[in-house]
Amino acid sequence: MTALFPAPGTSIDGFRLEEEVHRGGMATLWRATRPDISFPLMVKLPRTGYGEDHAAIVGFEVEQMILPTLTGVHVPRFVAAGDFTTQPYIAMELIPGATLRARLDEAPLPPAEVAALGARIAAALHDLHRQDVVHLDVKASSVLFRASGEAVLIDFGLAHHHRLPDLLAEEFRLPMGTGPYISPEQILGVRSDPRSDLFALGVTLYHLATGERPYGNPTTIRGLRRRLYRDPVPPRRLRANFPPWLQEIILRCLEVDPAARYQTAAQLAFALQNPEQVPLTERARRTTADGIAKIARRWFRALGAEPPPSPAMADHLSRSPIVMVAIDLAAGMEAIAEALRRAVQRILQTEPGARLACVTVLRTSRIGVDFDVDEQGRSLHVLRLVELKHWARPLRWAPDRVTFHVLQAPDPASALVEYARTNHVDHIVIGARGSSALRRYLGSVSSRVVAEAPCTVTVFRVGDSAAAGPSTH
Amino acid sequence: MRTALLTDIHANREALAACLSHAQRMRADRYAYLGDLVGYGADPAWVLDAVITHVERGAIAVLGNHDAAVLHGPGKGMSAPARQVIEWTRQRLDARHLDFLADLPLTHETDDALYVHANTWAPERWEYVASAMDARRSMTATASRHTFCGHVHEPGLYHMSPGGRVAAFTPIPGTAIPLAPQRRWLAIPGSVGQPRDGVPAACYALFDAAQHSLTYYRVPYDFEAAAAKIRAAGLPETFVVLLDPPALIRP
Repeated sequence: MTALFPAPGTSIDGFRLEEEVHRGGMATLWRATRPDISFPLMVKLPRTGYGEDHAAIVGFEVEQMILPTLTGVHVPRFVAAGDFTTQPYIAMELIPGATLRARLDEAPLPPAEVAALGARIAAALHDLHRQDVVHLDVKASSVLFRASGEAVLIDFGLAHHHRLPDLLAEEFRLPMGTGPYISPEQILGVRSDPRSDLFALGVTLYHLATGERPYGNPTTIRGLRRRLYRDPVPPRRLRANFPPWLQEIILRCLEVDPAARYQTAAQLAFALQNPEQVPLTERARRTTADGIAKIARRWFRALGAEPPPSPAMADHLSRSPIVMVAIDLAAGMEAIAEALRRAVQRILQTEPGARLACVTVLRTSRIGVDFDVDEQGRSLHVLRLVELKHWARPLRWAPDRVTFHVLQAPDPASALVEYARTNHVDHIVIGARGSSALRRYLGSVSSRVVAEAPCTVTVFRVGDSAAAGPSTH
Repeated sequence: MRTALLTDIHANREALAACLSHAQRMRADRYAYLGDLVGYGADPAWVLDAVITHVERGAIAVLGNHDAAVLHGPGKGMSAPARQVIEWTRQRLDARHLDFLADLPLTHETDDALYVHANTWAPERWEYVASAMDARRSMTATASRHTFCGHVHEPGLYHMSPGGRVAAFTPIPGTAIPLAPQRRWLAIPGSVGQPRDGVPAACYALFDAAQHSLTYYRVPYDFEAAAAKIRAAGLPETFVVLLDPPALIRP
């Protein structure tokens, strides 16, 4: 049973409690030690014993079930757990420092900082979603940062694992989440949509960027349901000079219909990392919340709102991949560029939800001064960008789902791999020249990309033989 | 302890052999047979020999309605083709097989787990656990934390919270499901010899007592060979079709 009065020095399953670091409604957190473990430890104890507070117990069960399945830098490392038949606890890696909650007091934060924080949290969410888990309680107090910069998500008591039984689904009839952050579909009882986490992140970014909560802090079901038909006050109205791109991103996260939001956390991270490429819509221009007529229409619709069928998660993520095409636009490469476009065309036909990033590398010399202006006086960088857009035009891909990037680097292969990594690219398409003795000896850009990329790579080769085709690794 | 849960084999030698070899690769160290060893399929003697060998080495086995029908004659609820197979099956079993079936218990309870063919509230009446309500009825009729049963041919998992709420879950093959210790669990591995969810691959599950986890598996096997034997034995064509149901009747 629960140690009713845990105190410094109390021993639980070999863990020694050292100091209480947090006391929440559901659990207390203790800094702890165990002789055989060198990294800092935290032990989480539920505040109530068995049979007393149902929600706390089930939440604890859920976290005990889900945390051990998670890996990577974006979650605390799971160490051990004890169940309610003996002493319930979860022991995990202690992430030092304060949660993002502390930063809310400094809000509004500068837009660039909000975007940087958002991109790091979105990267963490993408990693979580790739592991088949939706957090469902994203908020400032469930985000920490490692010293190395990565966001870490904590508190999985409301989470849903796509491949495991949902212990909460049948348990409670009320919506589960935190009032200010809970997504409209969660209010309707959906617990399996990864885009719910993007809504909650949108609320967090809105708060960090404006100092205000977009939906206040409702405490009744009726108050919660307001977000099904009332849109938030546009940030531009709260803060002068609020950048339109950031308003576009945040309001898109806060769309009532999940299909109108970013479809994956990777796509949101991409937008936050490339503000100059965010296509601005009416959302970016809005300066007032919608008028009474529009609200009334939505209110009537919300009255009978049924949760939409929720997508299978792995399917959903793979339906919205980020496809990166690496193009060499140097003279003599036209044939490859053209063949590559046909290859990309075919990939896009099978991936209608894809987002396309067209990338080229402008090689800079490792030593000496670079001339990034050609003889006509135009910046080479701009010229490459124009060429890139020209290359992509025949693809006729929706302008809001294609972006263009000219990377300047001395080593194209590392630049491409690094770009793929930071932008959560799912699939790289790259061309290669026909094999030659010299190339085999020196090693080609494409072979290094294949060896080092964090994702699928398709190498498209135009060889001497007409039979040359793509090979996927 | 890693227990392979095998049920509703229905005299399908090819399916059982494939599951046993898979379970061995998964390091199963105990076997539990949840009934309906015979019926429908063409290899009742081979299947019973295999199960008898396992039981002699400590495997768990309980009686199913088709096994009981071989002993005592088909019950009123049994269809005409199934009765025909029961009659055919009895002629192919020897005294040792029949004695083994006659000795099978309706339930087996050990280590906080109950093994039964159909349900726990009245095992001898063979009523199905087909909904969350049936699952609650079954879970509340036993003191054991885990119930492992068959009779229903599709894989399924039910869990009941301390508050008494029951939820159903459709297991995903190959994913280890942690069975949270403070709730009750009722697991249906799905039929080895005649799955009825439109996927011909054999079903079984592996319960890991140390990890408190349960993993469902689908094992592909040569169902065409099993079907050819049913046909060669002159058994009803229905049971050939059920091994690889045409796309039309798949859900």
